[in-house]
Amino acid sequence: MSGTIPFDPDDRYNAFLTTCKNPSHGNGKLAGVAVAVKDNISTKNIETTCASKILKGYVPPYDAHVIELLRAEGAAIAGKTNMDEFGMGSTTENSAFGPTLNPCDPSRVPGGSSGGSAAAVAAGMVQMALGSDTGGSIRCPASFCGIVGLKPSYGRVSRYGLIAYSNSLEQIGPLGKSVTDVSTLMSAIAGYDRHDTTSRDKPYTHTPDADIKGLKIGIPQEYFGAGVDPAVAAVVRKAIGRLEELGAVTVPCSIPSMEYALAAYYVTTTCEASSNLARFDGVRYGPAPDTNKSWHDAYTEVRAAGFGAEVRRRIMLGTFALSSGYYGKYYAKAQIARENVRADFNRIFSGADVIAGPTMPTVAFRLKEKSDPLSMYLADILTVPANLAGIPAISVPCGTAHGLPVGLQIMGRMFEDERVVDVAYAYEQAVN
Amino acid sequence: MADEETQVIVGLEVHCQLDTKSKLFCGCSTDYRVDGPNTHVCPICLGLPGAMPALNKRAIEYAMKVAKALNCEILNESEFSRKNYFYPDLDKAYQITQYDKPLAEGGYLEIESDEGGEKKVRLTRIHVEEDPGRLVHMGNVERGKYSLVDYNRAGIPLIEIVSEPDMRSPKEARKFLNKLRATLEYLSVFDSEKEGSLRVDANISIKGNERVEVKNITSYKGVEKALTFEMTRQKNLIRRGQKIARETRHYLEARGVTQSARSKEQEHDYRYFPEPDLRPLRVKSWLDGIDLPELPDARRERFMKEYGCSLSHARTLTGDLRLANFFESVVAPDKAGLSPLAATWIADTLIGELNYRDMSLDRFEPAAMTGLILLLKAETITDKSGVEVLRVMLDERLKNEPAETPDAIVKRLNLAKTAGDTGAITTAIEEAINENPKALADYRNGGSKALNFLVGQVMKKTRGKADPGELNRLLIEALKKREV
Ligand SMILES: [Zn+2]
Repeated sequence: MSGTIPFDPDDRYNAFLTTCKNPSHGNGKLAGVAVAVKDNISTKNIETTCASKILKGYVPPYDAHVIELLRAEGAAIAGKTNMDEFGMGSTTENSAFGPTLNPCDPSRVPGGSSGGSAAAVAAGMVQMALGSDTGGSIRCPASFCGIVGLKPSYGRVSRYGLIAYSNSLEQIGPLGKSVTDVSTLMSAIAGYDRHDTTSRDKPYTHTPDADIKGLKIGIPQEYFGAGVDPAVAAVVRKAIGRLEELGAVTVPCSIPSMEYALAAYYVTTTCEASSNLARFDGVRYGPAPDTNKSWHDAYTEVRAAGFGAEVRRRIMLGTFALSSGYYGKYYAKAQIARENVRADFNRIFSGADVIAGPTMPTVAFRLKEKSDPLSMYLADILTVPANLAGIPAISVPCGTAHGLPVGLQIMGRMFEDERVVDVAYAYEQAVN
Repeated sequence: MADEETQVIVGLEVHCQLDTKSKLFCGCSTDYRVDGPNTHVCPICLGLPGAMPALNKRAIEYAMKVAKALNCEILNESEFSRKNYFYPDLDKAYQITQYDKPLAEGGYLEIESDEGGEKKVRLTRIHVEEDPGRLVHMGNVERGKYSLVDYNRAGIPLIEIVSEPDMRSPKEARKFLNKLRATLEYLSVFDSEKEGSLRVDANISIKGNERVEVKNITSYKGVEKALTFEMTRQKNLIRRGQKIARETRHYLEARGVTQSARSKEQEHDYRYFPEPDLRPLRVKSWLDGIDLPELPDARRERFMKEYGCSLSHARTLTGDLRLANFFESVVAPDKAGLSPLAATWIADTLIGELNYRDMSLDRFEPAAMTGLILLLKAETITDKSGVEVLRVMLDERLKNEPAETPDAIVKRLNLAKTAGDTGAITTAIEEAINENPKALADYRNGGSKALNFLVGQVMKKTRGKADPGELNRLLIEALKKREV
């Protein structure tokens, strides 16, 4: 059963940064399945750049834990996919190696930051892909490209080998054309890993079940309010109507802490990123510094040339926010805001089994449409709360608006990834 | 008591490598000194992208042992933080350490004060952190062509023990350090013989003036030297009416001086925040499972009671784990009989001879010392010959020559006392008197100096083997005979 599979795709959307010709595979539940891997997940002997010039030429000497698990299940690693540099963006335009195009409409972005993974699946180049989700980076491109993407509960999947952007928020997760594929990939990657002490001993062995009779779905008003495209909201409301037809009950709810969610998110991510990305200095990997300079000057030069504008912006923001005297004002406060978001979700989940709403407030943007950083940051508003609370969230295609895919987002209680998969599966089965 | 006006105030921050088998956050071996550079490394201790730390529980147990032995309070919840700064030996560009929630707080260590007697030096905190790598400069740091980095040391577990400014002299600082070393070694968590296993930063001020931080002290003797230099420097400035600047200074071991650090190093902003890849540490309950061995103070009391050691000998012998163990092994065959001689010979003579040779006690086996003490106890050899036998034994081991037993050395060098063999002594005495008529005359005129001189002459002729008491008796007898 083990062997190689032919893989030589027509990558017209620039989904891949590296493709592996004829990758080998083994036996297991993913035997012979081509899986694309986001380029921030370490792959032994395969260049891993995070779509950054500063890591150009870096070939990890080790596999991320999820890659070991994929190989153990017989999967073939088809290649490494394009992304926003270090995961910083929602369009995949912040790649040092050119943007990925949306297979549904090549004049549009695929979303991000796991845009390459989503495009590779949407274009049928691979059956499944791994992405990572810090504030929506799996769900946003899944929504924009019309596929399924799951952000697992924090701790459910080992992050060992995931090149960190914001450790306390991000998770590796599956993308696929169907809920079943996403569930299958999830079952291969979930579970405790002694190398990631924030991971939990909660393996995923679920088979999707479409029975959602009596399920209580919370509908937060904020997910249908200002800033959400009414056409998108209408499509999602209709999709929730289908869930009601399947026996689910909806309850209105509110997440007041969302007011501070984006601020808490951007403070946390930039602070952690400023520290995580400090190691990229040209000493050990990436383009070597000019050795005639003193090390301090060489660092400055390497980092100024190696990082893109958005990455530099976030490093500076985070460095500032962690500076002496500001920690309490920013990072510490952001953690309190996260507690409030968690508390809001806990309250809602005492009366609802899941929460539903749009994944993104709009359909896919045109290339270069989001030119100012702030409007791009605002696009994350509906995905960020799940990361702040650590809860599972899935995006499943639920129709189109303006001729482009719309994603239905289902969020669940901590470690109830199975339930959000079931709700997405029920919807998918009902419409297909 | 020092002059109130120039009272010296010293506090120490001591970094000690914990002697665990593997590093703090990965499985790499800590036994790196014998191997080539960058041979004990992995993605984690190299800080490769994506690698994550996983805490070595043994290191926390070791640190908690220390905390318990030093009477500290283990915090209900402590956490690791990142200390962010750029330096080539720091592969992640941050050090995982503990900041506002250390493992333990409070506690104290008792030392012998300058006034004699015991004194408590209070501790502020103990925290756990990882060691950075090591830079090897090719040539001068500033002007050398390049530097190489060795990450073998990166990730070795360290504890930082911070004292309150309770020491009043460089000497007390050294005593604190020696006592701390002894305590850590008694706990089997630290090996002071390993190069670079201890590093000290010291705060020193003259009462009423700004304090100065002295960094880079890497030896036990260095602490006293660096602080003595700094104390003198500060006192001189004050005497000249100048102000002490609050600053960081580096200790330059080779030159024995401190030097002001560059201003860039003075104003670090480390941007501490909690390490998101590690969970908070709730380990207080582990304390119940931590049993402490006998510690230096208890052993010192026992040595006085059990072996009849003087306070000073007991302090010296128990102030070093190896030495204390050595002593107990030496006297084991006959505690009561051997202890008095062994205490003096080990605490006074052996230590001096070892220091003179810069030799580790590990190279000298207790049985050889027992053999020597037995010869001395039986009065087979004189004290002078005893020293000679000891030197021969140490030199043989130092030069990796075949080690002879003390008896063999005595035989080979013919050092056995001439006890009973009065003939040899008598002959020597007769010779000495005959060769020194002036001394004989002086003696007759009541000169005690002349007697001492003649004793020396006889000793020389018998090559130190004559028992001093017997020699004196026979000499006086001989002199009396001449008076007749
Ligand atoms: Zn290692």
